Amino acid sequence: MNYQTPLARARGLGSARQGSHDWWQQRVSAVALVPLSLWLAAYLAILPEATHAEVVRWISLPWNTILLLSFILLSLFHAMLGLQVVIEDYIHNDWMKILGMLGIKLITAFLALSTAFSVLRIVFVGVHG
Amino acid sequence: MKERPLSPHLQVYRLPLTAWVSITHRATGVFLSLGMIVLVVFLLAVAQGPESYALVHSFLQSLVGRFFLWAWIYSLLFHLCHGFRHLIWDTGHGFERETLNRFAAYEIAASLVLLILVFSLALL
Repeated sequence: MNYQTPLARARGLGSARQGSHDWWQQRVSAVALVPLSLWLAAYLAILPEATHAEVVRWISLPWNTILLLSFILLSLFHAMLGLQVVIEDYIHNDWMKILGMLGIKLITAFLALSTAFSVLRIVFVGVHG
Repeated sequence: MKERPLSPHLQVYRLPLTAWVSITHRATGVFLSLGMIVLVVFLLAVAQGPESYALVHSFLQSLVGRFFLWAWIYSLLFHLCHGFRHLIWDTGHGFERETLNRFAAYEIAASLVLLILVFSLALL
C-alpha cells in the first residue's frame, strides 16, 4: 500500500520549470566570450616568446587583469555547462552520470579558484625573479 | 531490449558538411576545456615565480607545446565561429537546407581567416 499522495510521488521527477536556465546561461556566456576570445587569441600566439617578467607585467595591466579573469572564469562556466551536456548525451549509467556531473562541477570550481588566486597574487602581491 | 538497426547508419551514411562541423564543434569544446587546465597551470606557475615559469615555458617553446598551443588557438577560433552560428540559429533563422551547408563553409573560411590574422599578429 502506498500512502504517498500523487503530488508527493511526482515531485522531483518532472520539469522543475528551469529547463531553459542552463541553456540561457550558455548563450549569455557565449556572447561575452566572442570578443574576449579574439582578444586572448592574439596574445596567446606570442606567449612562447614571453619572459616571466613580461608575462607578469602584462597580467598586471588593469585592463588585462580584468579581461583575463573574465575570459577564464566565463570559459570555465561555459565549459562546465557544455561538458555536462556531453555527459548527459553519452553516459547513460546513472551513477557514472552523477559522478561525472559532480566531477565537472568540482574541477571547474577548483580551476576557477586557482585562477583567481594566481592572477590576484601576481597583481597585488607581485612576483619577482 | 532487442538490438535494432539505428538511423542514420553512420558506417554507410555520408555525413553532410554541417554534420561534420557540428561534431567538430563538440570535439573542440572538449579539447578547449582540457586546455583550460593547462592555462590555469600556466598561471599558477607564473604566480609561483621564474623557476616554475621556466618549466612551463620550456614546454610551450617545444615543438609539441607549440603544436598544442596552435591547436588550442584554432579550436578556440573554430568554436567561436560555429558558436556564432548557434546564436543565429537561436533567433530562429538559417535552418533551410541550402543555408546549412553554405554557412558551414562560411564558418570554416572565417575560422581560417581569423587564424591567419592571429598568426600574422604573432609575427609582428
